[in-house]
Amino acid sequence: MTQQTLTILHNTPLASGVFRLELAGLDPAEPLAPGQFVNLQIPGFFLRRPISVCDAAGGVLTLIYKSVGEGTRVLSELPPGHSLDVLTGLGRGYDLEKAGRAPLLVGGGAGIPPLYFLAKELLRQGITPRVLLGFNTAAECFYEAEFTALGAETTLVTLEGSRGQKGFVTDHLPKDFTHFYACGPLPMLKALCRATEAPGQLSLEERMGCGFGACMGCSIQTARGPKRVCKDGPVFHREVLGW
Amino acid sequence: MVNMNVNLCGIWLDNPVIPASGTFGYGYEMAEHYDINILGTFSFKGTTLEPRFGNPTPRIAECPAGLLNAVGLQNPGVDKVISEELPLLRQVFHKPVMANISGFSLEEYTEVARRLDKEEGIGWLEINISCPNVHGGGMSFGTDPKAAAAVTRAVKAVTTKPVIIKLTPNVTDIVSIAKACEEAGADGLSLINTLLGMRFDLKTRQPLLANTTGGLSGPAVFPIALRMVYQVAQAVRIPVIGLGGVSSARDVLEMLTAGATAVQVGSANLINPAACKEIIEELPKVMEQYGFTEVKTVTIAGR
Repeated sequence: MTQQTLTILHNTPLASGVFRLELAGLDPAEPLAPGQFVNLQIPGFFLRRPISVCDAAGGVLTLIYKSVGEGTRVLSELPPGHSLDVLTGLGRGYDLEKAGRAPLLVGGGAGIPPLYFLAKELLRQGITPRVLLGFNTAAECFYEAEFTALGAETTLVTLEGSRGQKGFVTDHLPKDFTHFYACGPLPMLKALCRATEAPGQLSLEERMGCGFGACMGCSIQTARGPKRVCKDGPVFHREVLGW
Repeated sequence: MVNMNVNLCGIWLDNPVIPASGTFGYGYEMAEHYDINILGTFSFKGTTLEPRFGNPTPRIAECPAGLLNAVGLQNPGVDKVISEELPLLRQVFHKPVMANISGFSLEEYTEVARRLDKEEGIGWLEINISCPNVHGGGMSFGTDPKAAAAVTRAVKAVTTKPVIIKLTPNVTDIVSIAKACEEAGADGLSLINTLLGMRFDLKTRQPLLANTTGGLSGPAVFPIALRMVYQVAQAVRIPVIGLGGVSSARDVLEMLTAGATAVQVGSANLINPAACKEIIEELPKVMEQYGFTEVKTVTIAGR
């Protein structure tokens, strides 16, 4: 964990209610891992906002967030040049060693961004993942082209079929994958675990107090006892969750 | 040079700054961020006899200038605290630590106190009779002078360590509770714990917290904490630890001015992990700015 002051380069709409925030000044000495998150201080709000890392390269941190409440609404209105106090390198990310030869990345809506960082890192290690992205509507879709540009075989799914395939991500699971990496809404994660026996890892979301393990605000019960989503997670192997 | 030393119930602190229970774990998480031996001491996570998971999530809700929490005393239980947490704590912290104890009965308070009394490195027992987030224990002991005195007497009977009773602000007359604890033999008092509050989610029309209600902390409660510390410090002779929304060295100085011997910092640690470090670095400068040369003089002037 490092406390850094980063400067907004771009903060622009990406899809309906979804924004991409690029922050300059990231300390290159601190390595960030796919699945980790940062905690942003937004002017006028007491608690920080935890947001997972979408990309970190060349001193630029890229975050994609959904404007869901007052805090993220204010964040979405901050202009380039504005400085933000950011705690970086939080949480335990995805375990890449378990990927096998053909991993599958499954993302739903605002849960998709950390999978982009993961896909990049897997490809850097010579592993080509398949990517399955789920959205509610065509207006909410983002990053299909970015995943494709990385060289990952990418399938897009929307609930009513207004773009890509129709249905849930679980309706379009390939048969032969070695390991899954998922992030998305809780019902999607649980449905995914019901739909496949394959080993995998899931990134969870929870309201947090601190984001670094001090307050026990985000604890969940698991098959291996109480775990803090912020410190022991946010990524958990499915058997730890007992799902 | 500013003299920051304070005597807290017979044990000297290098400075009056103490991270509050529940915002600092058992110390070792925060030690990843800075050398926590710069602290006066810290109060570790509230410990009960049996392991407790606490309340379901959401446990946290934001408020203007603060937060509500309803963690519900999550902790691994006193035996695991002794066997697993304290050895890790001792690796990173080499001063007497404050043990925070919670319970649901007189017997539980005394049993946890008895077990922690034997532990090397524990300086004080801080008895939490003020947790608003559990049912049938916690705060119910802190809202009645007789019950508060009974807990104090029972714990004092099983330990030679100084006993500090942590008081709740959710009462009509905090002075009567403070006096009852003093008369029952308390060595010190800490106040305030959180104020009971709640918030709703307008989309779902349900309370934001799974526990319905939670404890309010943060800068929002600072003036209330100051007022109560002031009232209690005027009424008792034992040391008072002031807490509630303290976020800066100026806030610490204001608490001392209200009559506090030492000051705990809680919520500020959650949004800025270096909060206590920054406060300790800043405190001598702020004291000099206002013409003080030693911390204990500020307290004496306030009482």
